[in-house]
Amino acid sequence: MTTRQSSAIAVTGLRKSFGDQVVLDGLDLTVRRGTVFSLLGANGAGKTTTVKILSTLLSADAGEVQVAGHDLAREPDAVRAAIGVTGQFSAVDNLLTGEENLLLMADLHHLARGEGRRRAAQLLEQFDLVEASRKPASTYSGGMRRRLDLAMTLVGSPQVIFLDEPTTGLDPRSRRNMWQIIRDLVAGGVTIFLTTQYLEEADELADRIAVLDHGRVVAEGTAEELKRRIPGGHVRLRFAAPQGLDAAMGLLGQATRDNDALALRVPSDGSLRSLKTLIDRLDDRAIEVDELSVHTPDLDDVFLALTGDSTNEKVTTR
Amino acid sequence: MSTHTLTGPAPAGLRFHPLRDSATMLRRNLKRMLRYPSMTVMLVGMPVVFLLLFVYVFGGTLGAGLGGPVHSGAVGGRAEYANYVAPAIILMTVTSTVQGTAISIAMDMTEGIIARFRTMHIARVSVLTGHVLGSVIQAVFSLVIVIGVALLVGFRPAAGLGGWLAAAGFLVLVTFALVWLAVALGQVSKSVETASNLPMPLVLLPFLGSGFVPTDSMPAGLRWFAEYQPFTPIIETLRGLLMDKPIGNNGWIALVWCAVIALGGYLWSKRLFNRVGSR
Repeated sequence: MTTRQSSAIAVTGLRKSFGDQVVLDGLDLTVRRGTVFSLLGANGAGKTTTVKILSTLLSADAGEVQVAGHDLAREPDAVRAAIGVTGQFSAVDNLLTGEENLLLMADLHHLARGEGRRRAAQLLEQFDLVEASRKPASTYSGGMRRRLDLAMTLVGSPQVIFLDEPTTGLDPRSRRNMWQIIRDLVAGGVTIFLTTQYLEEADELADRIAVLDHGRVVAEGTAEELKRRIPGGHVRLRFAAPQGLDAAMGLLGQATRDNDALALRVPSDGSLRSLKTLIDRLDDRAIEVDELSVHTPDLDDVFLALTGDSTNEKVTTR
Repeated sequence: MSTHTLTGPAPAGLRFHPLRDSATMLRRNLKRMLRYPSMTVMLVGMPVVFLLLFVYVFGGTLGAGLGGPVHSGAVGGRAEYANYVAPAIILMTVTSTVQGTAISIAMDMTEGIIARFRTMHIARVSVLTGHVLGSVIQAVFSLVIVIGVALLVGFRPAAGLGGWLAAAGFLVLVTFALVWLAVALGQVSKSVETASNLPMPLVLLPFLGSGFVPTDSMPAGLRWFAEYQPFTPIIETLRGLLMDKPIGNNGWIALVWCAVIALGGYLWSKRLFNRVGSR
């Protein structure tokens, strides 16, 4: 841990239990300033608990945490002054309008009246909420509400922003919108700590990804590094008849067959050359292929390989 | 904002502004009351309905039973009872408002905005003081309406300006104390429904005191309870101030009760709010 100075978040040995249930089991994380760090995990992996602890909402049982250069346990107020949190459940005042919600934040950050109004107007513009600014937040759609929520977080210009599943429950368009907003924020120099259960989201946004499973980090790295960790690239061939499947199996040898689907999984790096060779060989024997699809390993494979194994282990050792 | 000072005085940006933050939170709560008027209407409506019920339905009979030298000079059952019950109804206006406080605190707690406030660098207590001040203002508003209706249905207080001012100050004090208790009750409630039920005893206590009938008409056990519970001295003080009658020890006892309830409610609320959240 030599990079404490340049890190926005540094966590060592973080533990938390609720009764007998261990939620975080010795978590170590380092997030560099100005990057997006994604904590990836299934429901119940401990993502929200981590965010709650790092954002001062919950106390840890053990562990050292520094956020924006401040010790979480000794200087929670300094941490609060440096962070912004947008949680999984919207933290907007439903009875106030979008604009009033932003002005409330401006007042709580002690911005001067004019400055607060300017900031609110600018954020309404930036988050495409100008038209709805005079309507109560209770009338907003899910996507609008999430945007307002994030805009409220930004009023105080935080250095470190925690986003707990910011796109859960959003439609694809709102999700892409949110991604763009997050990219713009990072371009502006803030550090983002993002939790998500969507691998695609981590892949799109994160500089580094930690896979969380049962309160432990089971893998950490860039999306590319994680993908490289597991061999998963293959070509899938589907046949119209079992004869085709048998013939191809005989020809290709080192393939896995799926009799029910009449399909064959052939290991491949997915390159054009290897595909051409494969197709030529099938063509030479006049084997009819119904469908061909190429699978490069994606984070889904990584995720399932990393978190699925642990469940299998448990099952087999029982 | 890249301060790395680990020791020494807090930088300017890290100072707390409890008054300013409380004013901000008060503005928020007043806006919420305006946006959600049905709550205010319900809170004022309840004491008004009870007033009409007790004066017009039960008033004739209950008034005839009041008797005694304490309530002399009465012209008739209903008119006398209107004078007797009005202070209890006025107090009920306060307990009803306070029930609203518990509900709106619980609403806040379930809505996630409190979690946001907790992660912000603000004077924490302002979240609560905003509610307390808002509720006191709401209570004053409700009290004006309820006292107005009481005057219309025959309440004839004997107090002069001094008595009215003392009664007003006393009511604000009682409200302030009960609101802090309600802030705690709103926080311990896991849901809005619970929050509306938990303060129910506060609404019922005036019935088990000298609010609606004199305590000497009650059976021994209940009478003992009625005479020692906090609402009896509070009602007697209010009745004395408004009807220009001597209040004896009740004034001091009521003030001590208010201080105890306010302090207890405040400490309990603060502890609940600073408790690091559950899951």
